[in-house]
Amino acid sequence: MKAELVSFIIDMAFLLSASGFFVCLKLLSSPKTARRGNFIGAGAMLLATITTFAMERPSALLPIFLAIFLGSLVGVVSAKRVQMTAMPQMIAIFNGFGGLASVLVAIAEVVRLYFVHVNNPSVLFSVTAWFSVAVGAITFTGSTVAYLKLQEIMPTRPILVRGTRIVTIGLTLATFFALYLLLVDPKDMLVFFGLCVVASVLGILLVIPIGGADMPVVISLLNSYSGLAALAVGFVVKSNILIISGALVGASGVILTRLMCQAMNRSLMHVVFGAFGGVELSLAAGEEKPMREYSPMDAAMLLKNASKVIIVPGYGLAVSQAQRNLRELADELKANGVHVSYAIHPVAGRMPGHMNVLLAEADVPYNELFDLDEINGEFETADVAVVIGANDVVNPSARTDKSSPLYGMPILNADKAKAVIVLKRGRGRGFAGVENPLFTLDKTGVVYGDAKQSLVKTILAMKEL
Amino acid sequence: MDSEGVMSEFSLANLSICIYVLVLASFIGFEVISKVPTMLHTPLMSGSNAISGIILLGAIVVSVGQISIVGDVVAYIAIFFATINVVGGFVVTDRMLSMFRMKKSGAK
Repeated sequence: MKAELVSFIIDMAFLLSASGFFVCLKLLSSPKTARRGNFIGAGAMLLATITTFAMERPSALLPIFLAIFLGSLVGVVSAKRVQMTAMPQMIAIFNGFGGLASVLVAIAEVVRLYFVHVNNPSVLFSVTAWFSVAVGAITFTGSTVAYLKLQEIMPTRPILVRGTRIVTIGLTLATFFALYLLLVDPKDMLVFFGLCVVASVLGILLVIPIGGADMPVVISLLNSYSGLAALAVGFVVKSNILIISGALVGASGVILTRLMCQAMNRSLMHVVFGAFGGVELSLAAGEEKPMREYSPMDAAMLLKNASKVIIVPGYGLAVSQAQRNLRELADELKANGVHVSYAIHPVAGRMPGHMNVLLAEADVPYNELFDLDEINGEFETADVAVVIGANDVVNPSARTDKSSPLYGMPILNADKAKAVIVLKRGRGRGFAGVENPLFTLDKTGVVYGDAKQSLVKTILAMKEL
Repeated sequence: MDSEGVMSEFSLANLSICIYVLVLASFIGFEVISKVPTMLHTPLMSGSNAISGIILLGAIVVSVGQISIVGDVVAYIAIFFATINVVGGFVVTDRMLSMFRMKKSGAK
């Protein structure tokens, strides 16, 4: 009777923490409550961990606490030190660690069964342990490759090797063969280790051919994988809270992946199986119209006489760390009575919502940031659109040119503004390697140079005027 | 979730409860998460990523009842990595969210 009561209390504590996770995500729907939501999520996690201790009563507490202490230390230090621009790779690697942990948990359980002579484990055990090892390993190595690419330790361009696809298919079949072997003998350690190796290689091969521009999709997808791996472990150790949390993370990953694919006008299959902007894209687009060059003074004059300005920031802005300078420009404009707003494309960064974080860091108030649907109608009444370090997301051929690889992609209609100022580093093309007609319009002027330098010069020029 | 013979007696009744939980949680998850605005997608991702570190519980569970050094070590390493995922995830999310401000905060 008493034991039953204890297990009831433990169950309720888990239910409470699961509810905490739902509340956490619910509060994330508004910037006002989001921080509180995150606290509640962390609290729920703490409660779940303490409850697990109460339930399992591990005898060897020291090594467990040591592992938790060291893990917390690494987690806190890296979370505090990371630059906001490096956020995608940080999340990728944390995510990879989650995947690795799933693999290790499943393996530890297999090892335990190997030494403890329990009667044969069930079919369900075979399937879920197989799933958590396979998905966990893919998540781990895939996230690691994504990390290396985003950190630019590895080239960000898609790496295509002939025959990769056949190897990928072969390895996928091999993982299913492992499942078959495990159904026959669930305690076969060799098969588990083989599966680890195969799935790890598979994770690498799946991410290596994917280019830098498609990273937001990959990160979202890997995020949902780590949720699925946790979910499978939930089945392995029969834990409802693992299943619930895994389902939540899986759902958020799936939603974000779908949104990113829509924002880039690419199907998931395309991202995973076909490299974008690869070599086969012909760069011989033919006659290049000249772009009109503006000096910072020209830009300053145009801006000062405007009454409504829309700023379109792209990743180039973050590359030159010019977010603060951009805000200063906006402040200067506002001081002159100009109405300023920011148009944020969903993929203006290396992960979903990345640009919002970067601008928030530079103290840009979030009520001045608008997403695509909200602001696209506004461009027609804007005097000037300022495009900074963005390219493909303002390429009008996505609307008009059926032969363009960007055709159909939702873009910001910067070309509808009365005048356009483009701050550009060089004469190159965007990630997609596609010509951008916006830059050669008669109403467009291009200020060449590093975004930070150009902004500083423009602000100075405005102050002189 | 008794630690003794966890694997061996997985009844179908148990399984069906797990599937109930999974399906209902997925539905609510989709509903709740669909309402998160684009602006907060990065914190959403790092927050949900921290939640996926729930695997930590699984790691603690399997660390109990190991009778081999190998099993012990594997479980402790799992705890280590899962903790990085959890703690790092929540801290970095908080750092990001602390920067979102409505009005300009005169300072700086």
